Amino acid sequence: MFEYSMAEIGNIVVMQGFSGLSLFSVLLLMALGLAIIFGQMGVINMAHGEFMALGAYTTVLFSRFAVSHELVSHYFVFAIAAAFVVAFVVGYLIEYGMIRHLYKRPLDTLLATWGLSLVMQQCFRSGFGAKEVSATLPEWLLGSFKPTPDIDIPINGVFVMVLALVVTVGVGLFMFRSRWGLRMRATVQNRVMADAVGINTRKVDRVTFALGCGIAGVAGAAFTTIASTGPTTGSLYIVDSFMVVVFGGAASLLGTITSAFGIAQAQSILQFFMTSSMGKVATLMVIVGILMLRPEGLFASKLRK
Amino acid sequence: MSNTDFVLAVEDLTVSFDGFKAVDALTMYVDKNELRVVIGPNGAGKTTLLDLICGKTRSTSGSIKFNNQELTKLSEHEIVRSGVGRKFQTPSIYENLTVYQNLEVSFPQGRTVFGSLFFRRSAEVARRVRSVAEEIFLDEQLEMEAALLSHGQKQWLEIGMLLMQEPELLMLDEPVAGMSAKERDQTADLLKRICRNRSVIVIEHDMEFVERIAHKVTVLHQGRILAEGTMEKVQADDRVIEVYLGH
Amino acid sequence: MTSYFSRLLGGREGAIGLALLAALLLMVLPLSLDLFRLGLVGKYITYAFVAVSLVLLWGNGGILSLGQGVFFGLGGYCMAMFLKLEASDPVSTAIQSTPGIPDFMDWNQLTALPWFWEPFKSLSFTIVAILLVPTLFAFVIGFAMFKRRVGGVYFAIITQAVALILSILIVGQQGYTGGVNGITDLKTLHGWDIRTDSAKYILYYVSALLLLGCILLSRGILGSKFGMLLLAMRDKEERVRFSGYDVSDFKIFIFCVSAMISAIGGAMFTLQVGFMSPSFVGIVPSIEMVIFAAVGGRMSLIGAVYGTLLVNFGKTMFSETYPELWLFLMGGLFIAVVMFFPNGLAGIYQKYAKRSGLLRRMMQPATNGSCARISSESKKMGART
Repeated sequence: MFEYSMAEIGNIVVMQGFSGLSLFSVLLLMALGLAIIFGQMGVINMAHGEFMALGAYTTVLFSRFAVSHELVSHYFVFAIAAAFVVAFVVGYLIEYGMIRHLYKRPLDTLLATWGLSLVMQQCFRSGFGAKEVSATLPEWLLGSFKPTPDIDIPINGVFVMVLALVVTVGVGLFMFRSRWGLRMRATVQNRVMADAVGINTRKVDRVTFALGCGIAGVAGAAFTTIASTGPTTGSLYIVDSFMVVVFGGAASLLGTITSAFGIAQAQSILQFFMTSSMGKVATLMVIVGILMLRPEGLFASKLRK
Repeated sequence: MSNTDFVLAVEDLTVSFDGFKAVDALTMYVDKNELRVVIGPNGAGKTTLLDLICGKTRSTSGSIKFNNQELTKLSEHEIVRSGVGRKFQTPSIYENLTVYQNLEVSFPQGRTVFGSLFFRRSAEVARRVRSVAEEIFLDEQLEMEAALLSHGQKQWLEIGMLLMQEPELLMLDEPVAGMSAKERDQTADLLKRICRNRSVIVIEHDMEFVERIAHKVTVLHQGRILAEGTMEKVQADDRVIEVYLGH
Repeated sequence: MTSYFSRLLGGREGAIGLALLAALLLMVLPLSLDLFRLGLVGKYITYAFVAVSLVLLWGNGGILSLGQGVFFGLGGYCMAMFLKLEASDPVSTAIQSTPGIPDFMDWNQLTALPWFWEPFKSLSFTIVAILLVPTLFAFVIGFAMFKRRVGGVYFAIITQAVALILSILIVGQQGYTGGVNGITDLKTLHGWDIRTDSAKYILYYVSALLLLGCILLSRGILGSKFGMLLLAMRDKEERVRFSGYDVSDFKIFIFCVSAMISAIGGAMFTLQVGFMSPSFVGIVPSIEMVIFAAVGGRMSLIGAVYGTLLVNFGKTMFSETYPELWLFLMGGLFIAVVMFFPNGLAGIYQKYAKRSGLLRRMMQPATNGSCARISSESKKMGART
């Protein structure tokens, strides 16, 4: 750590900072989807990573189509939209078929969705093979730009970050400015009353879950710009995403954003100075340690007990 | 901070939730062998007051002294062990256990991990369970699953569980809610019996019932005491009529 | 004393169930299976320790731990360290650059035994470590979590994180732990060769007997006032607290007991199979162990054993013939058990046995708080169906 000069450390921090930002973006998107599902509904979706993989695989499919039809520079935005839709629809069906029977039993939801994740992983394996696949990225996403000769900022990283922020703002607007968002918040805060005033809370639950999954799908699409996807890719990020949500205090959007940022940055920087695995371990241990001291997370509001 | 002869001395108690003062500088004293009824409109802070005393909610400021012991510093189970028993608004019993087991579990022995592992079902325990069951009119239902009891019986069971603990201060939150007229009579007798060696605080809305049992009545409104005294005095109080009893 | 005894046996039908299981494990299987298959059963028996621990922790205590692999692994690694040190005496390791230390340390250019390996040269220390290290670990985690009233789903996620942390740590610190391959090539236990056929038989019986012993211990716990309180806490924690019990103490205790039982399983696993690796410590194996308990019946100690045997037999069978199908099946099993058979095989058995009037007293677990009954075998008040 001490063999670097100050200037070099500065550059490292910036570059690690940016690689942290890519991680941050993916984590943020995953955590957003999770926070909506868990924070709003108290449902643990252990298959959330697989929904991300679903979005990634959808993007790969689009990419293959684009390559064979020479549409490589144009397909990506459509792929992102498709990733959202596919994940949304699958999530909607899953809620209908499985989740809605388990609302009173959160621990059982955990186990059932784990089973779902196994099934989904196997579907990916059967459909795409056990090896990792990647999407062919359009040219405008490749390469990097260099604000100074020593700093290399990859364009796809910036794109992912912008995408994450756009989605976050979109979700925020949706939750707090639209009628559906109002319905969702009402159902969460007082289900009985929401029912009584005519909100179809069953449908709201379904849409909420599907929305969370859809956002995970977008995370998957974003993920293809950074790395390749395999059947078990989803499980790589699931624990981190849960940590982000729990750490940030599951009910708060701001908490989720800050938590994702903090954790991603901490992990990136630590991973640079220690080995990759030790960096991850250190980050996780710090999070668990903090949670032991403050179990409600960083931003939970004090509720009337 | 004074020493008192009262069993319960609540002084200047305040709890505020994000600015809203559910209980506002409340001062109240309860004597030994007294049956105090707390009444007031919804949201007046009655249940919150019980929550504060038994430790379910932490106060923002003020003191609660039970036999001169400061309760605000203790945890819930420590408060219970010092002799305070609380009955909740909705009957809070162990549905999956039998009536006998519900009462037995409340026996004030074998409360630590190892104590409970090696707890013996002695004759003394069985005797006590039976005698409490008789008091709460459930001596014929000892083998029944608690889930199968009627609502009124569940209320009695919860009171019985508290009696097993032999508390000095018993706090009951709406004990006759949902009971038939006959059950109310029985409950009134029960309460008059049990306050012979203890102090009892009751929250209730049924004015007729209150009249029958109360030694003294405290009326709460917006977290403060509106009036206090015997039932007649309180019923005649203009402010109370205005706020709660109606014309 | 008789009430204690009857508690351990679990009343009349509990005793019969235990006797049947004992007969199966100690007589039927060893007589009908060849050594190879018996060895597989022996392995499954060690998994069953974890399933039994989950019946205590999860079925009765309502605490879902997705990290029991941590304790299984800790017990297993302690045993592995002892066995590895024994197998790494200076004579057999003469060809290494540093003889006298385990081979993987040599490959990782370590030149001396790390300090925390030293005490494992002693068998008595190792046995104490197997029992105490995971228990202490569980105590620390439990204390930090339960005293702060962290429970339910949060607790489950954190145990998952702990499992992940430990597995990454083990894999990453190759020099100290053997890394992803684990600690292998274990030969003798205090001079006794554990690889011979006769050793395998003996280890099988020891594991089975220890498992039965753990079941008896668990029955003792569940039949006491503690057990009743555990169920009460699962369903109405607040009420128990307001009856004067420090709920967190109880939770910490049962978590530690479950850790210890899992650790014994891990140690027996190492002895029988001859190695221990991080693939038993992480998230995936930990959750798999939950499914063993779920399939067998999360409220039934004996059911958990059957569940473990069944699921593992299925896994072995299917992974050979239809490996792709197996993941589907397992995922489907999770979903099906949770949604349709929350009380596993034991629940199904009791439903049908009740109908045919075979058994007088039932133990029905609470799924959603509606009509259910606990049979307390030490209750002397007379039976009622």
